[in-house]
Amino acid sequence: MRDFILKRMIAVILAFIFVYGFYVILHGHISPGGSFAGGIIVSLSFIAFATVYGIDKGKEKLPEKFLVWVESYGTLWYGLMGLVGICKGAPFLANKLAGIDLGVPGTLSSGGLIGLIGFGVGIRVASTMITLFYTLMEGDA
Amino acid sequence: MKIRHIFVAVVVLLALFGMLLMVAELPPYGSADNPGQNMVAQRYINDALEDTGVPNMVTAVVLDYRAYDTMFETIVLFTAALAVVVALKPAEEEGDDA
Amino acid sequence: MQFVAVDYWIMALSLILMGASLALFFIKDLIHAVIVYGAYSVTMAVIWLLMNTPDLAITEAAAGICTTVMMMVAIYRTRRPKKGNKDEN
Repeated sequence: MRDFILKRMIAVILAFIFVYGFYVILHGHISPGGSFAGGIIVSLSFIAFATVYGIDKGKEKLPEKFLVWVESYGTLWYGLMGLVGICKGAPFLANKLAGIDLGVPGTLSSGGLIGLIGFGVGIRVASTMITLFYTLMEGDA
Repeated sequence: MKIRHIFVAVVVLLALFGMLLMVAELPPYGSADNPGQNMVAQRYINDALEDTGVPNMVTAVVLDYRAYDTMFETIVLFTAALAVVVALKPAEEEGDDA
Repeated sequence: MQFVAVDYWIMALSLILMGASLALFFIKDLIHAVIVYGAYSVTMAVIWLLMNTPDLAITEAAAGICTTVMMMVAIYRTRRPKKGNKDEN
């Protein structure tokens, strides 16, 4: 697909899709949405880019090594957040029991570990979807 | 061949009949005394805000009360991506890890 | 049981859901089936919104689009049967 109108439209819209996806991820604990939906929206922005501009340019923008990195360490990040509870003498993945300051409900920094865990899950869902798309699109099938 | 088709049709119809009987036994939709609406839901509604400090109750359940489930759910996603990459990625020359 | 206006909307949309699922069973062309599946997921998202669960509505809309894209790519990468030849069953 090398259509001029499509390319310019995507170039305008893409940033807004991307920012909206991160908005949904980061505000998952105070507004509807959540990390899974936000991660998929972030991945859809890159999928749209790779569809319109070609898969090679998409890989230039977001290389596969980086995707593998995010995917692996995003999974590890969840476990590390769980270990915070153990370090403080509470059960695995404890939040309030570990004595973490929960903040004022309704603000962005509230909820203790929930925001951090949600961010990790969001970026790794995004990287999973982009990896699936790249893997399906490439190759000589 | 024809007898086999008739047999399959009879079996499918019997299975459908059994399923419809089970549907007739289900509790009414949205009723307040359904077995699904037990003490757990009430406890989440009452205590979620002060237990987790999060107004969105779905996130409170998914990422705090049921954090183990979400953890292994992400591992399921990881495994799915891994399976697709292993099955569809063309093998490279340098590969000690084909 | 007392119905309000939202319930009738949900019932009408459920009819679309049933039609879409039956159509998915009968459609032979995979591309058409994927398009009908997209319509199914959008209708499902509207139903979640009418049932006061915006969380599920957002997730269903996003995941519906993403699975539709994935199926589209999978069909694009595989061989499609020629138009008009019926497969033997």
